[in-house]
Amino acid sequence: MDKVTALLQSRAMPHDHSHDDPHALLPSDPALRVKALETLLTRKGLIDPAALDEIIDTYENRIGPRNGARVVARAWLDPAFRAALLEDATAVVSDLGFYGRQGEHMVAVENTEAQHNMVVCTLCSCYPWPLLGIPPGWYKSDAYRARVVREPRKVLADFGVTLPSETAVRVWDSTAEVRYLVIPQRPAGTDGLDEEALMALISRDSMIGTALASAP
Amino acid sequence: MTRVHDMGGRYGDGTITPEPEDGVFHTDWHARALAVTLAAGSLGKWNIDVSRHARECLAPTDYARFSYYEKWISGLANLLVETGVLTREELAGQGDPAPSPLADKKMTADQVAGVLAKGGPADRPSNTAPQFEVGDVVVTRKIAANRLVDGGHTRLPVYAAGARGRVLRLHGTHVLPDSSAHRLGDAAEPLYAVVFPASELWSHPEHPRDDVVLDLWQSYLEPEA
Repeated sequence: MDKVTALLQSRAMPHDHSHDDPHALLPSDPALRVKALETLLTRKGLIDPAALDEIIDTYENRIGPRNGARVVARAWLDPAFRAALLEDATAVVSDLGFYGRQGEHMVAVENTEAQHNMVVCTLCSCYPWPLLGIPPGWYKSDAYRARVVREPRKVLADFGVTLPSETAVRVWDSTAEVRYLVIPQRPAGTDGLDEEALMALISRDSMIGTALASAP
Repeated sequence: MTRVHDMGGRYGDGTITPEPEDGVFHTDWHARALAVTLAAGSLGKWNIDVSRHARECLAPTDYARFSYYEKWISGLANLLVETGVLTREELAGQGDPAPSPLADKKMTADQVAGVLAKGGPADRPSNTAPQFEVGDVVVTRKIAANRLVDGGHTRLPVYAAGARGRVLRLHGTHVLPDSSAHRLGDAAEPLYAVVFPASELWSHPEHPRDDVVLDLWQSYLEPEA
């Protein structure tokens, strides 16, 4: 018996509540489940493991929230850039090379004293990959998806954020292929800082709306 | 009427645990699950709406107990069998897997950057003219269900069904997931961002001026009565 056959035959008994689903034929352990499927698809000539390595390297090392931070920092520094971003974010971020999968239709929304914006996908996990990378675990969690539309301020409290009572919260539920980027408010005391220095204040969470930009 | 993934507004899920920005994948198999799913998608046997629906069709007990990437890999396994790319026997490890006629579509490492950069835009030309303008008051369909297929895919969450809102922007005309997820064609139609006061959606809104915006297709909406 070769290694793959052994792996595939190591599966547990199918689950009684979904025993007809093909996925129940795979091993129940999630790591083995993925390995079995990858191995099978590779043996059928449908997947190149080197391509998988390339996909993973892209999202671990090349496409992530520093892209979004650059966009936000530039919007803070350049009024014309900010105006263009709010008008047509897809065109503006494309010019910076930040177009691609899960970022084909971008909209930027700006936090102000009057309104704080937060982004969610209650139905799955839609997220602006070219600007923020792969979403964090909490963004994909049942708790965030279920709660943030109904009680955004309690969710913010989980992140240690309290908003002034005069600030309204607007939650954007990404139900279509439009992806939203929050432009956090520029903190006080940042006059004279350049793009790189400002980027250090802009966290991933601040561009989802569960954090504020950091003080310098 | 609805499926387990439609959880917006649900009670009882507990606190959210923030996490640091480094460490994109918690474990290696999460990364492999994402990469296998993207690579299999490039075979061209389904679109994004079909793949979302496959995850949503996991049994509610599975959906609830599976971690995020287990949902992905399980939805993918179901889809691969449903589309005939794999057989149940192959999935079960019985016998030697047969070579696939789709092998010439395999994404190679040197194609990855191009495929990810190209994306898959969802806007399409449409013969359906926009019925609403920015500022118009609209009401969502009373029943958040697919009108074409019983139990089918839709992107109108239950929490926003039968709610009165105001059109905030027109995104252009986009593929209708309710059709596309069932291979019934793109059926593109106008897509709007619609804003709803929190008090329209929840019995105990946190703040009188809070609101929620959803992207909704024209056929999800009716004019104010």
